[in-house]
Amino acid sequence: MTLFLRLLFRNRLAGFGAVVLGAIVVLAVLTPVLPLHPPNATDTANRFLRPLSEGHWLGTDHLGRDLLSRLLWGTRLSLAVGFAAAVIAAVLGAAIGIVAGYAGGRTDNVTMRGVDMLMAFPYILLALAIVAVLGPGLMNALIAVAVVNIPFFARNIRGVTVSLAHREFVDAARLSGLGHIRILTTEVLPNVVPVIVIAMSTTIGWMILETAGLSFLGLGSQPPQADLGSMLGEARGALITAPHTSVVPGVMILLIVMSINLLGDGVRDALDPRLRSGALARPMPATLVDRPAPPPPTGDGLLRIEGLRTDFRMGKRTGRAVGGVDLALAPGECVGLIGESGSGKSVTALSVMGLVPSPPGVISGGAVRLRGEDLVGAPYARLRALRGNKVAYIFQDPLSTLHPLYTIGEQLAEAIRVHHPVSRADAHARAVQLLDDVRIPNAARRAGAFPHELSGGMRQRVGIAMALANDPDIIIADEPTTALDVTVQAQVLRLLDDLRRSRGLAIVFITHDFGVVAQLCDRVAVMYAGRIVEEGPTEAILAAPAHPYTARLIACVPELGGGRRRLEAIPGLPPAVDALPPGCAFAPRCDRARDACRAGEIALEGATRRVRCLFPVAPPEAAR
Amino acid sequence: MGGYILRRLVSAVPVLIGITVIVFVIMALIPGDPATAILGSYATPENVERLNRHLGLDRPLWQQYFVWVGNLLQGDFGRSFALNRPVLDEILDRFGATLVLAGTAFVLCSVVGIVAGTVSAARQYGFADKAITAAVILGISVPSFFLGMMMILLFAVHLRWLPVSGMYSMFGGGDLADLARHLAMPAIALSLVATGVVARLTRGAMLEVLRQDFIRTARAKGVGEGRVIWAHALRAAMVSVIPVLGIQAGFVLSGAVYIEIVFQWPGVGRMLVDAILRRDILLVQGGVVFIAACYVGFNIVVDVAQAWLDPRIKT
Amino acid sequence: MTLALKTEGLACAFPVGKRLIGPPRALLHAVHSTDLRVHTGETLGIVGESGCGKSTLARMLVGLQPPTGGRIEIEGAALDRADPAAFGRRIQYVFQDPVSSLNPRKTIRQILEVPLRHLHGMGRAARAARIDEIFAAVNLRPEFLDRYPHEFSGGQAQRIGIARALAAAARILILDEPVSALDVSVQAQVLNLLADLKAEFGLTYIFISHDLAVVEAVSDRIAVLYFGAVVEEGPATRVFATPRHPYTRLLADSAPQVGRPLGGEGAGELPDPLDPPPGCAFAGRCARATERCTTQTPRLRALEEDHLAACHHPL
Repeated sequence: MTLFLRLLFRNRLAGFGAVVLGAIVVLAVLTPVLPLHPPNATDTANRFLRPLSEGHWLGTDHLGRDLLSRLLWGTRLSLAVGFAAAVIAAVLGAAIGIVAGYAGGRTDNVTMRGVDMLMAFPYILLALAIVAVLGPGLMNALIAVAVVNIPFFARNIRGVTVSLAHREFVDAARLSGLGHIRILTTEVLPNVVPVIVIAMSTTIGWMILETAGLSFLGLGSQPPQADLGSMLGEARGALITAPHTSVVPGVMILLIVMSINLLGDGVRDALDPRLRSGALARPMPATLVDRPAPPPPTGDGLLRIEGLRTDFRMGKRTGRAVGGVDLALAPGECVGLIGESGSGKSVTALSVMGLVPSPPGVISGGAVRLRGEDLVGAPYARLRALRGNKVAYIFQDPLSTLHPLYTIGEQLAEAIRVHHPVSRADAHARAVQLLDDVRIPNAARRAGAFPHELSGGMRQRVGIAMALANDPDIIIADEPTTALDVTVQAQVLRLLDDLRRSRGLAIVFITHDFGVVAQLCDRVAVMYAGRIVEEGPTEAILAAPAHPYTARLIACVPELGGGRRRLEAIPGLPPAVDALPPGCAFAPRCDRARDACRAGEIALEGATRRVRCLFPVAPPEAAR
Repeated sequence: MGGYILRRLVSAVPVLIGITVIVFVIMALIPGDPATAILGSYATPENVERLNRHLGLDRPLWQQYFVWVGNLLQGDFGRSFALNRPVLDEILDRFGATLVLAGTAFVLCSVVGIVAGTVSAARQYGFADKAITAAVILGISVPSFFLGMMMILLFAVHLRWLPVSGMYSMFGGGDLADLARHLAMPAIALSLVATGVVARLTRGAMLEVLRQDFIRTARAKGVGEGRVIWAHALRAAMVSVIPVLGIQAGFVLSGAVYIEIVFQWPGVGRMLVDAILRRDILLVQGGVVFIAACYVGFNIVVDVAQAWLDPRIKT
Repeated sequence: MTLALKTEGLACAFPVGKRLIGPPRALLHAVHSTDLRVHTGETLGIVGESGCGKSTLARMLVGLQPPTGGRIEIEGAALDRADPAAFGRRIQYVFQDPVSSLNPRKTIRQILEVPLRHLHGMGRAARAARIDEIFAAVNLRPEFLDRYPHEFSGGQAQRIGIARALAAAARILILDEPVSALDVSVQAQVLNLLADLKAEFGLTYIFISHDLAVVEAVSDRIAVLYFGAVVEEGPATRVFATPRHPYTRLLADSAPQVGRPLGGEGAGELPDPLDPPPGCAFAGRCARATERCTTQTPRLRALEEDHLAACHHPL
């Protein structure tokens, strides 16, 4: 709760809304005890007094009634009616939504058709019809507004409930012996309540507007009683001669609704876990760079990553996702980058072309040199010209990485046309050729298909075709087969291997699977906690790993044909990126660690085989 | 696509039936006797009974419903007793005015809202974003009828730029320019709330989409930022914006009721409110069914647009 | 050896394209008639690729998915489908995604109390004692009990999921891809824990995974699923070493292995589940397929005493 309030007031606008609304509510509550004129006492001699008149701070209306008094009494009424309507609509709508969403099947179908039916009316028609039946009056306007809003709540809450009802923790509760009622009240409801609160706090302002609107039309509160809407309605006749009688209630409505909306937005942001972490920031076109000075080049080659550091800056915390990575890639070479989740392998790969999402990602040091040209801090236009042209990417999940609303032919043709001034028809022909190259049967016909119409394996072939579109020098493949089934994975790996040999591609292959690395890569670099701990020729490392982490990670992976057995495990967890220990990050989990390991920086040493360890398992000399 | 449109049209039939049932039931619940209302409280019982028989009100309710729907299908919406003319004629006379007003407001809110929301998301936390966000908060908080009144005060009374009310000038008007001058204030006042809602939603949808993997793919291909935002991201964001446009059309139609009263616009909204206050039931009934049916039709158009945009829906 | 679990003709078909009234447009057979036998104290591994029906099968075994045919017997008694608690006491489930299987708004203690209270009606003190025991058994520190699920890593959350299954005191556990969301170093920890618990409490496991090597390492017997049916079943030591069904052979050859050249000569993917081919579902991808394979569905038959395959031309 305190967390909620802190988050709420972190949003200054919401705080402002809360203060304004608080002041208005206090005034409204205190109205009966304030020294005010009676709200309905007419005094036609003093009609249309201007604001700041003697005895009438805000002046008087067309019957000489004190505007301040009427304003406060009207505010009281409007607040109460709007709030009541919101509560009624929220409770009834949520009840309908939860029951329909949880029950599913025919109950859901019939209920939601009914709700759709109500939503087929522009809302005011329904409200007018209800008022026509019940007759004008504030209570009836309240009922009309509440009823009209029930479908909105029902639909919203139903959607949330449906997704909750299919969550695994509901299944687990069922298996733990809970009945439907208990599951609804103890498992589903606590998760729906925040959504109801959000929906209410963002619609209550709207409900106040709607009731004021009905009163404005003369269908709500009846004279002499007045809410803000009917005050405005009565003042309309004298709009030109005595505008203040309109402005006063109008501004009050505006203030109330605006403060509620600001507060409601704050509540929503504070309750929504995704917004809470500030995750809805839009990633910029290129990763932000904040580095002291580029390090001097250490050599040449196709691609050299030199001392690369990439941070995630979230508020006060800084997570070091990549902490000084050096890696070189020669033409036609395939280098594997292997590590567990959070090891920084993907961030390293994305940093090359500035594709790490910023915020929160920032490249804080090092250089990435493509044929000697530093890409870190290169102008956006330069990066864009190279992306997909000289360096292309293949990503993990081909369903989410392809645009769902363009045909694959269009997406391939676009990849060509952003770098080459060719006609639409030529680009399309080339796209079909590319699909053929990645062995997609019926390429010409498939070019017109949308991604969701293809299988996972076919989609990843499209991803590969897109990477090949401009004959790049380098392909960076970020776990391209992790989302695929083994039989399909094997097909895709073979395709990649054939393409690389026939076209002389250099590949950086990111994976967590030693089997894949062994079959595909010439060299491999093992990453742990943002740094390379060991690097060298694949066969040598797999045969005789030098770093204890590599050795034990290989031992963890069961091999087919080994029969039933107990597996080697590494105790403990990798360190969090914002709390890295000094010295070797693996030392806390390592059975060879000594005090020296925890003391200071350990260098990555060696020539063809490099290892970052003071006490390697097998002396690297032996393997050299 | 043709198959989808056909399926969507067929699925509208039960909705239309539901609408007529709801309207009929609500109107049947209205206390009092229509014949008494028409003839006045001094009518003799014989006259009341004769009129009831004439109107078919002595039959069971379900029969009355079918008679009513049957008449609706033949274009007979009944006769407004207060105006003493066929309901449909009155509706058709006024519907054009509402269509001009609401249609203009709807186009305004869609175009301005989507553009503002997209700019806002593309410049997140920049000056444009802050300015648009502030305008949106103001826009969705101000009652449209109050805004209309203030606009009259400022632009019509003080500055004398635009006419105070009505659809055409009393004398000499009637051409398109005259209509535009009369339309400007009501259309803007009517569109403001919906513009705010659309802008806000577009911004949210864009921010959501911009974090998706396929945006990263587009950037990795080397697609320029302008195209990433206005083609890749906006197209995907429209999938969640279009259904809301359908809902906003309903809100614009609803708001038209207030605006028509504030600006003396001769549309169906004003007609309905007057009819309710006069208890002119057949006119209310006919007006509600007519507008609701138009709205259902519009939502079919929205759904078809959605299906055209998003090929995943049709399958 | 006694039978812990037996299914006869267990099958599940989902209606596709449901209508409000009338039969659905098509039936999707997720699991074809399946006979499984699991002995007490044994681990039966089930492997298959996505879409092979392994999750549907698992959900049927614990009563989360009503089967459309066949029966389930646990320890010799047929299960009452109406009572989920009856399933809960006999057979439990460990979910694939450890985090989403824990209610985000409950503490770990509250989550673990539910089965103790509702399946076994234990009092407060007895519950607290039992929870401490279970928590120690899955190697978690007792101070974790009062934290919320989002504070845990995947491996820890999976231990909590296992603890919940243990709390129900069922003797059979269905492990549905229990380690596929975990990193390899943590995966090994959890697999070893599962082995220890099995020995300590005398459990019976059905271990479902797509990872051949993991299944082989933990199972006594393995069943290979393809397109909703068991195509091969046999001792873990032989199924992948000397496969009899061509599909099993393809799977084994496709698994990336250190010290083996790339596989991937085979082409083709799963057939369309809404339009299944006649005969053997694998025939389209099989080099050994004959005309018989495309007309006649092969039945699962014993090729050796304990090694079964559904193939007309076994290897």
